[in-house]
Amino acid sequence: MSKPNIQLDSHGRLKHFLTIDSLKREMLTEILDTAESFTGVSERVVKKVPLLRGKTICNLFFENSTRTRTTFEVAAKRLSADVLNLNVSTSSTTKGETLLDTLRNLEAMHVDMFVIRHSDSGAAHFFATHAAPHISVINAGDGQHAHPTQAMLDMFTIRRHKGEFTGLRVAIVGDVLHSRVARSQILALNTLGTSEVRVIAPRTLLPPDPRTLGVHIFHDLEEGIRDVDVVIMLRLQKERMTGALLPSEHEYFQLYGLTEKRLKAAKPDAIVMHPGPINRGVEMDSQVADGPRSVILQQVSFGIAVRMAVMSMTMGTQAQGAAAR
Amino acid sequence: MNSPNSTQILGGRLIDPANGIDRVTDIFIHNGKIVAIGEPPEGFTAHHTIDAGGQIVCPGLVDLSARMREPGEEHITTIASETALAARSGITTLCCPPDTDPVIDTPAVVTLLLRRAKRSARARLLPIGAMTQQLAGEYLSEMVALKRAGCVAMSNGYAPLANTLVERRALEYAATFGITAILRPEDRHLRNNGYAHEGPVSARLGLPGIPEAAESVAVARDLALAEHTGCRIHFHLLSSGTAARMIEQAQQQRLQVSANVAAHQLHLTEMDIEDFDSNCHLNPPLRSLADREALRNALAKGVIGAICSDHQPLKADAKEAPFPSTATGMAGLQTLLPLTLKLVDEGVLGLSEAIARITCGPADILGLPYGRLQPGSSADICIFDPHRHWVLKREAMPSSGRNTPFIGWEFQGQVTHTLFEGRSVFQSDTSTHS
Repeated sequence: MSKPNIQLDSHGRLKHFLTIDSLKREMLTEILDTAESFTGVSERVVKKVPLLRGKTICNLFFENSTRTRTTFEVAAKRLSADVLNLNVSTSSTTKGETLLDTLRNLEAMHVDMFVIRHSDSGAAHFFATHAAPHISVINAGDGQHAHPTQAMLDMFTIRRHKGEFTGLRVAIVGDVLHSRVARSQILALNTLGTSEVRVIAPRTLLPPDPRTLGVHIFHDLEEGIRDVDVVIMLRLQKERMTGALLPSEHEYFQLYGLTEKRLKAAKPDAIVMHPGPINRGVEMDSQVADGPRSVILQQVSFGIAVRMAVMSMTMGTQAQGAAAR
Repeated sequence: MNSPNSTQILGGRLIDPANGIDRVTDIFIHNGKIVAIGEPPEGFTAHHTIDAGGQIVCPGLVDLSARMREPGEEHITTIASETALAARSGITTLCCPPDTDPVIDTPAVVTLLLRRAKRSARARLLPIGAMTQQLAGEYLSEMVALKRAGCVAMSNGYAPLANTLVERRALEYAATFGITAILRPEDRHLRNNGYAHEGPVSARLGLPGIPEAAESVAVARDLALAEHTGCRIHFHLLSSGTAARMIEQAQQQRLQVSANVAAHQLHLTEMDIEDFDSNCHLNPPLRSLADREALRNALAKGVIGAICSDHQPLKADAKEAPFPSTATGMAGLQTLLPLTLKLVDEGVLGLSEAIARITCGPADILGLPYGRLQPGSSADICIFDPHRHWVLKREAMPSSGRNTPFIGWEFQGQVTHTLFEGRSVFQSDTSTHS
């Protein structure tokens, strides 16, 4: 009865990258290894490899984003692809065009890959289901569902600093309920064999039964980050206050804001991560954000290599990707 | 065209739960009415004979909720198209919710609907009136005028009354005139912007959840007001086990409370949304396996007295978008009987009980004289072959209203003949008829 995995082609290779869900550990490791081979490219004088020359990649962003769209664009250009950036929230959909019509029109322009961000959970699945067979789809964030390239760049950062995932304790702090980043991180950490994944938040920011996600739950920050190797802070959206989920930023920082003092509970060599952009003084204070444990800016640079890896793999050029070392 | 005069249906297994009949026998029909069962009346000559050997003959199905999209959305479907589909599905009585355009909140709309139905319908249409003007939940509609024009009950459609004072007044007013209030229990604030049952699946897919409490909180409120006002209330489209248990308790306390469930709710769960299948975007949402079992249990005990199709045909592209952006609802007429029969296969109900839930059960809830086979009653009859296997195929569905999650499902039991007021309104190609 089980349906074929929509993300894989008939040979079990990555065709679309929509979610970490249902991908095997070997596949995630292959993404990380391929990304490792691309990190050198950004340090060369000529920052390009010709893997996707002649291919057209369309960045289709229905939600505003600077960081994610830019790193996808840089990644595509370093692979020598032609890049089409469409900010759709300001164009066709406001004229009443359906998403399916937008897709068909762009297909007619012979696009080879869509990188899509949309406010609806499941939007990337929808594109992958309806796109022509030769087209690959990469999810750059869909509603509250998934943001798999962000999760993989986080895994890449953790592996760079900590080596193996087995034996690691990782704590994710903040708004897990509304976070596509957290959902993808939890799946990736568990698939890669992390010993213990913890989430730390008040119950209003957690799904009804978070244990179904495969995590340990803490409501107290200091207790939750005790002896962890990695602390991942999530961004707190301003609208959480109006939705009666939290009383104030002030109380949130009092309870869940990361400070130098609180970080002492974690392991001495623990790293601090954040998907950005940071609300300084809400999720963490500046001392931590700019301090020696913070790897937040490394996450951004690794994001390019990881996105190059996913793009080349889904376009079926990962074999040459390894040769670009 | 058949002459409406006299028909005999011979040799079928007659199942009429209202009268406790389950035996092989014959039915005799004259001028749209059943005139005898067993032996023909004296001097009876049949113009038409249906050989129902090996088949089940039961009352035409009564569906408490089916949208025709007429008036207002004839570009989707019409009374003619949907009643033809109902006839193919063995359904002879359809109750139409008031959320048409214009809303069924004045006698003029009722008259319009009934006139159009008379012209083109192959089934009986019974309008349900709007409880408040424009379904806005502010001012009471002219419930008595609506009832006199032909409305069989009042409801506020999918827009539950947000204001408890308005609800109290509406129920008091309805109770004064013996009108049944159909309530879709939902607390709007708890529903919030949800798209799926709040549980492991919504957590995994990142779909904002609708908690079970969105239904049970409303049921608690509605039951309290039913007790306070003495109004006869009918809960429409139960989805949660908690609500079913609360209603069972209320019935034990002899409150005049009844309930229905959509056929799909008895077979699907939140798990069926897997990978964002927009055909499973439904209102109320598909809930947990435990909820489904509790609903089946309540159905078996008779706490839930009726299964309806909650038929909602949609435009072809209404489901072609990412899950949260799609319209809710499924086209359910074709699967009402087969999904009910599947409950018999799965040991939930006996065959006669199952048929009761789609014939006399819903009819009794609204005090209608249909869904039964006895001399003097309207000759609304469904004949089906209980052994025939078939698969619901997309191509075999009408162009609008293909929105169903049951495409590809295999069913057992298929309608061969439908009679409405004694007239043959459907006959399958492979049926025997002389």
